[in-house]
Amino acid sequence: MSSSLKIKELSKKEILLAQGHRMCQGCGASIVVKMVMLAIDKPIVACSPTGCLEVTTCISDYTSWKIPWIHSAFENAAATMAGVETMYRSLKKQGKISEDMSFVVFAGDGGTYDIGFQSLSGALERGHDMLYICYDNGAYMNTGIQRSGATPFGASTTTSPAGSAVPGKIHQRKDITRIMAAHNIPYVAQASPSHHLDLMRKIQKALSIEGPKYINILSPCHRGWRSKPDDAIALSRLAVNTSFWPLFEIENGKTRVTYIPKDKRPLREFLRPQGRFAHLFQPENEWIIEKSQAKIDADWSALLAEGACEAIEE
Amino acid sequence: MKTKIIDRSNCRPVITQAGNSVALKTGSWRSLEPVLLKENCTNCLLCWLYCPDMSVIVRDGKVEGFDMDYCKGCGICALECPGKKGQKAIRMRKEEKE
Ligand code: SF4
Ligand code: SF4
Repeated sequence: MSSSLKIKELSKKEILLAQGHRMCQGCGASIVVKMVMLAIDKPIVACSPTGCLEVTTCISDYTSWKIPWIHSAFENAAATMAGVETMYRSLKKQGKISEDMSFVVFAGDGGTYDIGFQSLSGALERGHDMLYICYDNGAYMNTGIQRSGATPFGASTTTSPAGSAVPGKIHQRKDITRIMAAHNIPYVAQASPSHHLDLMRKIQKALSIEGPKYINILSPCHRGWRSKPDDAIALSRLAVNTSFWPLFEIENGKTRVTYIPKDKRPLREFLRPQGRFAHLFQPENEWIIEKSQAKIDADWSALLAEGACEAIEE
Repeated sequence: MKTKIIDRSNCRPVITQAGNSVALKTGSWRSLEPVLLKENCTNCLLCWLYCPDMSVIVRDGKVEGFDMDYCKGCGICALECPGKKGQKAIRMRKEEKE
């Protein structure tokens, strides 16, 4: 019995992220957080590890959060939220609190794929009732675009700079959504802000399930992706339509592809507008695009074989 | 060597005023500004949903304009606006500042 996701209805709700945050103009993270909170009906308690979202929403004496929100260290957002959730269960048992609440982590890819990985893995294993959202922009953007475990193969970052020594990042991304699914938690999904209805449905579905839930959400960053300030939604749409970022969910071990592009586009269309991939279009680096395309095609076929699609929309 | 004593009496680990970042007006970051052409607007509200800075003003399901105190001029609203019959209801223009 979740509330309506019609935009007209949503526009009557209070957005729980305040104006005046310091995220760069056109930042995808802000759009992701806004959509996630709009989809949630219960009071939210949230936590973020160090990262772009954290530094820009909590500067000195100012906060952009209209909910109880904790800044944890880089490595322990999941443990922090697990502690809050455990305290909540105890208080409930003691009859000191009765209201239902949603416990949510908003973490970047650095705080998820790399630095916060152990605490996340532990919290999932212990079965805490919480939703972990990774807004994935594919690098350590806030400290100056260093490569992370989420950075795509071939992307140029300040610690994998494209040049004569290396053609951008020489390693593949971790498939974090699959790694989370391998914890056998009840719900894992991947979403994109360009497909907002799919994204918000996944949030509502996740929160209707008890136990740990993980959702990986693409979060364009034009500063790090070297693209344009107005293209966050356009690029996330291209990411989905090229199957660079497939939309799917795994509920109790059952995979479901939630969106199949009507016309699957070549990966180049997603890479082309981004300066971090500009060097790939030089003849000596073309093999990187070909290799990436082959991997995406194989992953996409495997995903389709695993989870038949029921709904094509938007 | 002289020891420097840091006064921590003003350091507050807890901010008790929810959403007080509204005091920080980010509109000054802008170099382009969105302009609304109401005749092309279907009130689909996609601009409202996609704006990263909560700067599209909607009243009773209708777009009224932009909150220039916070709009950073990213142009997402203009790029994503489907408008009416291919005519966008938002366009960006260079802002004249005194
Ligand atoms: S996106 Fe365009 S058509 Fe839709 S509500 Fe906004 S201004 Fe109007
Ligand atoms: S230009 Fe950007 S910040 Fe300003 S109203 Fe449009 S989407 Fe919001």
